[in-house]
Amino acid sequence: MADDEIILSELSDDELVLQMHDDLYDGLKEEIEEAVNLLIARGWAPYDALTKALVAGMTIVGADFRDGILFVPEVLLAANAMKGGMAILKPLLIATGAPRMGKMVIGTVKGDIHDIGKNLVGMMMEGAGFEVRDLGINNSVEKYLAALEEEKPDILGMSALLTTTMPYMKVVIDTMKEKGMRDDYIVLVGGAPLNEEFSRAIGADAYCRDAAVAVETAKAYVARKHNRPNV
Amino acid sequence: MIPEDDVLTESGVALRGHGRILLIACGALAHEVLALKRMNGWDHMDLQCLPANLHLYPARITAEVARVVGEVRADYEQVFVLYADCGTGGLLFARCKELGVEMLQGPHCYSFFEGNAGFLERSETEFTAFYLTDFLVRQFDAFVWRPMGLDRHPQLRDLYFGNYTKLVYQAQTNDPALDAKAEDCARRLGLAYERRFTGYGDLAIEMTRMAGA
Repeated sequence: MADDEIILSELSDDELVLQMHDDLYDGLKEEIEEAVNLLIARGWAPYDALTKALVAGMTIVGADFRDGILFVPEVLLAANAMKGGMAILKPLLIATGAPRMGKMVIGTVKGDIHDIGKNLVGMMMEGAGFEVRDLGINNSVEKYLAALEEEKPDILGMSALLTTTMPYMKVVIDTMKEKGMRDDYIVLVGGAPLNEEFSRAIGADAYCRDAAVAVETAKAYVARKHNRPNV
Repeated sequence: MIPEDDVLTESGVALRGHGRILLIACGALAHEVLALKRMNGWDHMDLQCLPANLHLYPARITAEVARVVGEVRADYEQVFVLYADCGTGGLLFARCKELGVEMLQGPHCYSFFEGNAGFLERSETEFTAFYLTDFLVRQFDAFVWRPMGLDRHPQLRDLYFGNYTKLVYQAQTNDPALDAKAEDCARRLGLAYERRFTGYGDLAIEMTRMAGA
């Protein structure tokens, strides 16, 4: 054993949480899983383990990605490590009735198979307390509408990576308008070639340039929606 | 003189002579543009290439193209931009329109090399294909393998490419060595392989029009 090897079980709670932030940053999935199990064994509420250790750690990763310090491969490794921790916490969160922020249906649009950004958003939304139904890739308008009908979410999230597929978001929104259901949902869109102007032009509520922005935007819109008087 | 691929990828190159037309192109198109110029005797068109690796940060393409247009405009009768949309989400098109310069039609070089109309039609059924051109096959490690971190973290491969089914090598030229390299790229990505000869596609048509301007 190397002299400088860190034994997670020997760390205090505060040290362990800071170490988890480092391990998330370095994409160390096994270490994160071990640490999550340690926190739970020490009597931590699953929600605290999620927010103070995993989400706080991923927030640092997200900020460094935004600032050009970290790049996509490192973010993916961090996300994979967080996913390991989330898999342990998810059933515990459900069992303990952790706070729910709202519900989101999310998917990549028809003709597009790119899901890395969409998966990151889904994971960070779950971390922020949203229930997420992930429709996967290549979703037709019919599939989106069926999921909205079934799940009755607060938010519809659509993702596209291609210039050729991003116009399909407008097809979905226009169909929602035709059916008189557009205003029942917050519509968030994202993907590399998108921008604010495109989001406005197609009638979405907001463009989210990364997963952290998606979470903040979702929280703000859901709070606004819940504060809206019934008229 | 054909510049080295590393130069075209990293820093771009200005091949400016005494032409009255300047083509501002992505470095990834340099070989094809120079071949068309040579084949057609278009000595009245100069070429300035921006670094091809701008594609790793598509948000920077529009500003960089606009900067070069501004720098060179007074030196030429006509300036054309040899970029497609290239992931700029319409911003490059809008900026070129503002600047009064024409650019290529289509979403990407994958599209105009095949012909935009055919590519669009095929995209309905072929959206699980990952495309490489001659340049991208030669620069596969610089454009795909290293930027995606696959040299350091090979376990990420299926996260990136798990939804793809095949690699299509759109060949601009008939080169058995490139064909073999492209097939090896497909193997490294865990994808089926298909070679499709495209030649220069819509690039030749567009350049012919520009040459007559």
